[in-house]
Amino acid sequence: MQKTMKKYTYTDKKDTRSGFGDGLLEAGKRNPEVVALCADLIGSLKMNDFIKAFPERFFQVGIAEANMIGIAAGLATSGKIPFTGTFANFSTGRVYDQIRQSVAYSDKNVKICASHAGLTLGEDGATHQILEDIGMMKMLPGMTVINPCDYNQTKAATIAIAEHHGPVYLRFGRPVVPIFTDPDQKFEIGKAWMVNEGADVSIFATGHLVWEAIQAGEILAEEGIDAEIINIHTIKPLDAEAVLKSVAKTGCVVTAEEHNRLGGLGDSIAQLLAVNNPTPQEFVAVNDSFGESGTPAQLMTKYGLDAVNIVKAVKKVIARKKQNA
Amino acid sequence: MTQDISELKKIASQVRRDIVRMVHACQSGHPGGSLGCTDFLVALYFAIMKHDPKFNMEGKGEDLFFLSNGHISPVFYSVLAHAGYFDKAELATFRKINSRLQGHPTTHEGLPGVRIASGSLGQGMSVAIGAALAKKLNGDDRLVFSLHGDGELQEGQIWEAAMFAPHNKVDNLICTVDYNGQQIDGPTEMVLSLGDLKGKFEAFGWDVLEGDGNDMEKVVAVLQKAISHTGKGKPVVILLKTGMGYGVDFMMGSHKWHGVAPNDEQLNVALAQLEETLGDY
Repeated sequence: MQKTMKKYTYTDKKDTRSGFGDGLLEAGKRNPEVVALCADLIGSLKMNDFIKAFPERFFQVGIAEANMIGIAAGLATSGKIPFTGTFANFSTGRVYDQIRQSVAYSDKNVKICASHAGLTLGEDGATHQILEDIGMMKMLPGMTVINPCDYNQTKAATIAIAEHHGPVYLRFGRPVVPIFTDPDQKFEIGKAWMVNEGADVSIFATGHLVWEAIQAGEILAEEGIDAEIINIHTIKPLDAEAVLKSVAKTGCVVTAEEHNRLGGLGDSIAQLLAVNNPTPQEFVAVNDSFGESGTPAQLMTKYGLDAVNIVKAVKKVIARKKQNA
Repeated sequence: MTQDISELKKIASQVRRDIVRMVHACQSGHPGGSLGCTDFLVALYFAIMKHDPKFNMEGKGEDLFFLSNGHISPVFYSVLAHAGYFDKAELATFRKINSRLQGHPTTHEGLPGVRIASGSLGQGMSVAIGAALAKKLNGDDRLVFSLHGDGELQEGQIWEAAMFAPHNKVDNLICTVDYNGQQIDGPTEMVLSLGDLKGKFEAFGWDVLEGDGNDMEKVVAVLQKAISHTGKGKPVVILLKTGMGYGVDFMMGSHKWHGVAPNDEQLNVALAQLEETLGDY
């Protein structure tokens, strides 16, 4: 009755933003065209090492995010590969029109790198906890949207986007979380990562929810449910082939993300399935609300973004699948 | 490239004809600001900038121009066409379906000469600063030019950029303000006063020049003067006094022709005032 789940352990924990900082330094070493900009949050974005190594390729713009996006577009016009750094809220909602016109519509090779995304920013509260950013960014034609799950994946993704031509939104977070992916991984934009093969349900998770999905998978395995867990680090372009292949096998879906259920990963998967293979789906996401102050762990529990809630969603969706059968 | 003022005037007259014909043909677009900025753009592309109409996006070794007030696309397109970036005949497609000459300029359709989309106001100064910084990083001693509406200066992003450029000694940048005192809803002094614009830019740390934007000789002179002011640690801004609708008597000096196209009769009156010097497209 009990199923087996691929074992994931960790020996170290780090914040994903440190993965960005280390990845940026590496990208800077590999390509002299890589430049960076920051809006008065160097420490928070972990950009110090890049600045130390390449002071002339860094621009402090002050608390002026709109100007930062415009300057990045100008640098990209002349062949530079600019990485902008600020919190996710100020990287997206505050500068949506600048990104839309000067970056996305103008097809500029700008990398918008956004830390402190989602509820896990914690105590600062809802003014800073953006839960709509994936939606805003994925709606922009030509924009690539990436939300990596741990330090190693964030570092690899940062290096990978420097080698990709086109605008990218890279979303990561503040809290220290387990490191469980391969330190030597080759990050492929738009290519889902099979975390665990299973037959009973497909769990598609992104960002900090991937570790929660693994925890959920272990609980489910003990209860005899064989969960397939897939890490969708690239929300756009979505790996449609991986999603459809998994769903053809399992027949039901749970999506898990630190984002509003409107406009996030869940929406993208639902739209894909509605057209290609209508399938029962449950959403582990914030239920169309703002966040609030609290510790990251308290907030993830209160807003239902943890392993316990993934397990509940899996049981619910499997019951719906059986009803339909 | 020519410094011959009478040659430049001839080009400007033809560009003005193109503008009124373009907006008439699609019965939309912005003739007022386009006519007012014609002398500036003609001077820039035919007497001032080193540029290559074969067009390379990065523009290394070239002077670059960014149009921030994208609604004056008719003058931009006409000047680009006459400068050889694309065939003049394409001006007939302005604002029409499947055209590269979109209502507001964009890189999206691959039109040579356009390096950034503009139309949503206030963004071009930041972009020009970015391009100027890239030139410094590349050891490229050519300049970056930009044009902004005066009403556009009401956008907050302009002042973020205006604060950044002097702090970072972006002294390879010449921004020009189309200082016509008009915007869609009326005179800027009524809508939202710009106040002491010269004093504002100076307080931010800019080298501020003033000029007459509809006298070709003076336009060329103020641009040359601006170039002589570059490389001295400060960004340069030219407050260029222009008349909205300049060159067509019934359009001049009023915000009413900001975004209105002439009818058939008005077109003929306008064309009678503008000599056909280089052949209509």
